[in-house]
Amino acid sequence: MTEEIKGPVVFTRHGVARGIRTALPLVIGTFPFGLVVGVISDQKGLSWLETLLMSALVFAGSSQLLALELWSEPAPILAAIIAAIVVNIRMAPMGAALAPWLDKLRGVKLWGSMAFMVDHAFALSAAEQRRGGRDAGYLLGIGVTLWCFWNISVILGHILGSTVRLPAGHPLYFAAIATFVAILVPLWRGVRRDFWPWLLAGVLAVLAWKAGLGPPWPLLIGAFAGAALGAWLELRRE
Amino acid sequence: MTLRPDVLLAIIGMAVATYLCRAGGYALFRALRPPRYVEVVLQHLPGPIFMAYAMPALAAHGWKGWVAAVAVVAVQYFSRSLAAAILIGVGAMAGLGALEAWFLAR
Repeated sequence: MTEEIKGPVVFTRHGVARGIRTALPLVIGTFPFGLVVGVISDQKGLSWLETLLMSALVFAGSSQLLALELWSEPAPILAAIIAAIVVNIRMAPMGAALAPWLDKLRGVKLWGSMAFMVDHAFALSAAEQRRGGRDAGYLLGIGVTLWCFWNISVILGHILGSTVRLPAGHPLYFAAIATFVAILVPLWRGVRRDFWPWLLAGVLAVLAWKAGLGPPWPLLIGAFAGAALGAWLELRRE
Repeated sequence: MTLRPDVLLAIIGMAVATYLCRAGGYALFRALRPPRYVEVVLQHLPGPIFMAYAMPALAAHGWKGWVAAVAVVAVQYFSRSLAAAILIGVGAMAGLGALEAWFLAR
């Protein structure tokens, strides 16, 4: 296998610290989003304590936003749970893809790291793993940093209420998308391995979105079709 | 400082569901040890996931989104700095938006 980890996988304070440093610039992308979630949470009548609990325990912005859009009186328990599953099911294969690191962890280091895993932490850890990185603390460092700033931004949005309302289409919202476009760069392993799988993923996702499919379908269809093509091409070459 | 029981239940339900999404995929992988093809698919997943996330989002932003994305990739590639790349992306969107407004106003 080409991506076998050389040497033992470790989990050190140094790795966590490096994850924290890597994550700090990502806050530019998550902060505006957190403010919006906080503002909407306030509009829907959630108290600051309820808002903080949701951010801290759920820690998945898109699903929080979707649940709040569906919010009603009394709280829509089933709809909120379904919103969380639909939006967050994309994270299920991420942990499996990080198995080369996670397999070497036990107990709270393993299941605690999973609790803080978000898209950015996964993408940067996958890139780090491919570079031969062996310190799984990196994943937790990124996750915990984003979690801290996520809570701060959501609570700030809730406090500021309607005063910070950014108009739809404000350039600051582009920061979230720009983050993921930038993260693609370190994930790229060259034309031979990645060109066709990535192209297929992007094209299918756009077509699914144009066809009117809501989340998470464009993402799941594109991601799995692209990854399946990449795997097929790789195994055929062997 | 209110904490209503129905709201708390909804939050706990969301939190449990989200944790199962985060950890469940890996737990299944660990328990089942899937065949090699599945393992190779998972290794190929990171790039396609973020392509499938970003492309529809960029398409929704029209031509400005694509131009800004090219700027983000170029800055990330040459500077290797996520902060610089994200800021350039936001700056490009702001600049292109102003440019478009100026053209439309003429």
